[in-house]
Amino acid sequence: MNSSKILEITELTTCFDTPEGLVRAVDGVSLVIESGRTLGVLGESGCGKSVTALSVMGLLPKPQGRISSGSIYFQGKDLVRKSPRTLRALRGSEMAMIFQEPMTSLNPVYTVGEQIAEAFTIHEHLPKKLGLQKARETLFQVGIPSPEQRIHEYPHQLSGGMRQRIMIAMAMACRPKLLIADEPSTALDVTIQAQILDLMLNLQEETGMSIMMITHDLGVVAEMSDHLAVMYAGKVVECAPVDVIFNAPGHPYTLGLMRSIPRPGRKFSSGKQALAEIPGIVPGLIDPPPGCLFAPRCDRAFERCRLEMPPLFNLKDQSGSSHGVRCWLAESMAQQPATQGGRT
Amino acid sequence: MLNAAPPLLHVDGLKKHFPIKKGLLTKTVGHVFAVDGVDLFIRPGETLGLVGESGCGKSTVGRCILRLYDPTQGRICFQGNDVAAIQGRDLIRFRTQVQMVFQDPYASLNPRMRVREIVGEAIRVHKLHPGRSWREQTAHLLREVGLSPDQMDRYAHEFSGGQRQRIGVARALAMQPKLIVADEPVSALDVSIQAQVLNLLDRLKERFELSYLVIAHDLGVVEHISDRIGVMYLGRIMETASDRDLYQKPLHPYTQALLSAVPKAEAGQRRKRRALLQGDVPSPINPPPGCRFHTRCPEAQSECRNIHPAMIEITPGHQVACHKYAEGGKDCP
Amino acid sequence: MQTGVLETTRQPRALTRPSRIRRLWTKICRLRMGILGGLILLGLLAAALLANWLAPHGPFEQDIMSRLQPPAWMPGGSSEHLLGTDGVGRDLFSRIIHGSRISLAVGLSAVILQVLIGVILGLAAGYYRGWVDSSISFMVNVMLGFPFILLAMSLVAVLGPSLQNIIIALGLTGWPIFTRVTRVEVLKLRDMEFVLAARSLAFSTLRIMSKHILPNILPSILVLATVEVARAIIRESLLSFLGLGIQPPTPSWGAMLAEGRDYMLMQWWLAAFPGLAIFLSALGINLLGDGLRDLIDPHLRKD
Repeated sequence: MNSSKILEITELTTCFDTPEGLVRAVDGVSLVIESGRTLGVLGESGCGKSVTALSVMGLLPKPQGRISSGSIYFQGKDLVRKSPRTLRALRGSEMAMIFQEPMTSLNPVYTVGEQIAEAFTIHEHLPKKLGLQKARETLFQVGIPSPEQRIHEYPHQLSGGMRQRIMIAMAMACRPKLLIADEPSTALDVTIQAQILDLMLNLQEETGMSIMMITHDLGVVAEMSDHLAVMYAGKVVECAPVDVIFNAPGHPYTLGLMRSIPRPGRKFSSGKQALAEIPGIVPGLIDPPPGCLFAPRCDRAFERCRLEMPPLFNLKDQSGSSHGVRCWLAESMAQQPATQGGRT
Repeated sequence: MLNAAPPLLHVDGLKKHFPIKKGLLTKTVGHVFAVDGVDLFIRPGETLGLVGESGCGKSTVGRCILRLYDPTQGRICFQGNDVAAIQGRDLIRFRTQVQMVFQDPYASLNPRMRVREIVGEAIRVHKLHPGRSWREQTAHLLREVGLSPDQMDRYAHEFSGGQRQRIGVARALAMQPKLIVADEPVSALDVSIQAQVLNLLDRLKERFELSYLVIAHDLGVVEHISDRIGVMYLGRIMETASDRDLYQKPLHPYTQALLSAVPKAEAGQRRKRRALLQGDVPSPINPPPGCRFHTRCPEAQSECRNIHPAMIEITPGHQVACHKYAEGGKDCP
Repeated sequence: MQTGVLETTRQPRALTRPSRIRRLWTKICRLRMGILGGLILLGLLAAALLANWLAPHGPFEQDIMSRLQPPAWMPGGSSEHLLGTDGVGRDLFSRIIHGSRISLAVGLSAVILQVLIGVILGLAAGYYRGWVDSSISFMVNVMLGFPFILLAMSLVAVLGPSLQNIIIALGLTGWPIFTRVTRVEVLKLRDMEFVLAARSLAFSTLRIMSKHILPNILPSILVLATVEVARAIIRESLLSFLGLGIQPPTPSWGAMLAEGRDYMLMQWWLAAFPGLAIFLSALGINLLGDGLRDLIDPHLRKD
């Protein structure tokens, strides 16, 4: 199995210097993505999901952000120990990232054709003309109608969905092995979101790439990912195959999220009732208290939760897949043997 | 769901066209047809949800009802009086009865004011709640929305997004409104906080005998909170129905597509393809003739391209604007 | 691999948090130029307020026997006249100290006038938009396109040269920049949801402008105003230098510079020190303005 791991993050800790003090935005996160599969990373704002992605890409804002410990093995090489130059060469060719707001990710003064062609001229050393030709093909591939015209247009002339397609086209230009998508459909309308998600699934089938899908939307992960890692306050609190989590969420936070989301049709199956809410607010990361960071909001928290941070216990279900849960309640159900992290 | 009470709010043929200005002499070169003929009504104690994608004009409808925008055309009847063109004292009186909760918990609170000023200013200025000091009343309102009155002297930026949204709700309640227009009240909040605010809105509705117009793009949110739902597309309402009908028997092809596009947060959804609709929403500057939806409709016929479909009632309370259901149409139920 | 447990338990390490003193120190370091500017302005204020005590001689006191004396440290200078004397034997140091009154009075009053005119017009243009905005913006563009010196000269020519008229001339020519800044800020703010909320709470336009919009643009106005004080001081000097401003023998730095021009080759100090005074006060106020901007800038500020 080890050979098919495209990305293996182990005990990653990423810190930020802020005026208020040092913030550990990602705190001992371990994740695994197998080639051709999709890992969903679910979490709310500030939970560290985007920082994890930026750590992998080597795109942490300097000088405030830095990886303080852990390793990130990508195709067998530890990215933490690679030079910025090597990382730059990997970005775009071996791994690529798309962001939530496609407008700010595109340069407004170049046509979309020029921007996509750039990927080819830099990474594949193609002449500019051939690069433009390739750009046209890529646009066609991501389902943009009349690419002949579109390559001569500027980002502001395109709709949000179209821009996200362009971003995907740019990311896909050099056939990366790993695509990191940070909330790629959050800024889009549902009908456009469906188009973009379909496009990503199609491209994955064609190219066999792996995807790290970062989102706050339970529906998007249910649809897109094979494995799911739920993050809260810089830590992975639960990880397992996606259906395992949706059938039997192990962490009170995951369960709370699932219960609190209004879903179409739900009130007719279970009757109109108040949504189960998770009380309290999303915690800040400055001066975190000891113990489980979810404990102040957890209705099942007990003494130990407030004193000691639980490790990631491994529940093993019938299907034999590993199911990691960072909760003291899971201790009694923990099985052996264990593997590390969110295996995909 | 048959409520015989006369509607609290009745909007009839509402249009709002924004002029597009260009050049030195600010010549009008065209219009954005943001809202182009919307009819709706809200009964006392009812929650009407308005759902649609960005640019469909749903927020503009809300702002026209509050008279933050002056409607281009149409009637807005509140408790039987047309308020579409009132000014001065009448407008002030009207606004004490209709309030708004905004989308962005950061932009909707004045960063240079303390919470007591944000919530209490209206009480002081309009001399609401005589016989009770405005401070007392403000404290009371803060408790109602689940905040501690001890936090009155803080600035808004010291609160989290969910708490800020609560402050916004308290500010609206200060006017003792009958109707609250909530424009995307939870879309800017974290997932775990959304339920808190939705439950708060539900609770306050009972407690203060409110009616709501809830505007949102999230079908789950709209359906959870609403009694009836209107689906908007490019400035027009495509379908209105009770929450149950809309979910279980969506009639309009757009409603069907919208419902199917929402990714379902449950097991066994992996790698399902959902996109029924191709392409983008056309620009409201140049809306397509005939049915607004025909450019993306998988079932469009020739008449859809030319003739605007009228709203027809299929079952009591369930109306749809689609040629498919017109009399003599092949799919007539 | 371990059994049952995927990861050993770790107590969260205590995160470092800079001490209060340390944070204050970093803040002072970041704002050191602004603080320097503030000190210069403070010195200027002190000079203006305490001129009668600080200046060793009266500003009009002539000592014809010791005319055109060089500064004290040069051969022929005396400790009686620190910076030397002018053509009629007046003490240059005393005159520069008294001159700070004129500079500050003109600078502050002119800018207050500019702010009053500029901000009100900017508020109106930004809030009402439409034809109000078009006409005000047109006026601003005309004013900004017009050479300042021509405008001020004609105004002073009509009104006559006096301290009061200089302030009026500077005030009437300097406001467009405030209108511009205010208008842009109001345009940004007026569609913000908290302003919409104020409108839906049925507050009057006056209240919305003064209580909801104005406090949010004051910081930018304040920063701009400091910079404009420096500019007004320079402009007053310029007008006085051209003989259109403060009339001799009143000690204005610009007028002193003009008088010193005739002696430039031999008695350079007569032009150099008033010039230095203008330069230093303008620099100090500009530094202060920059410092204020840093302090107010939401990206740098920590609430």
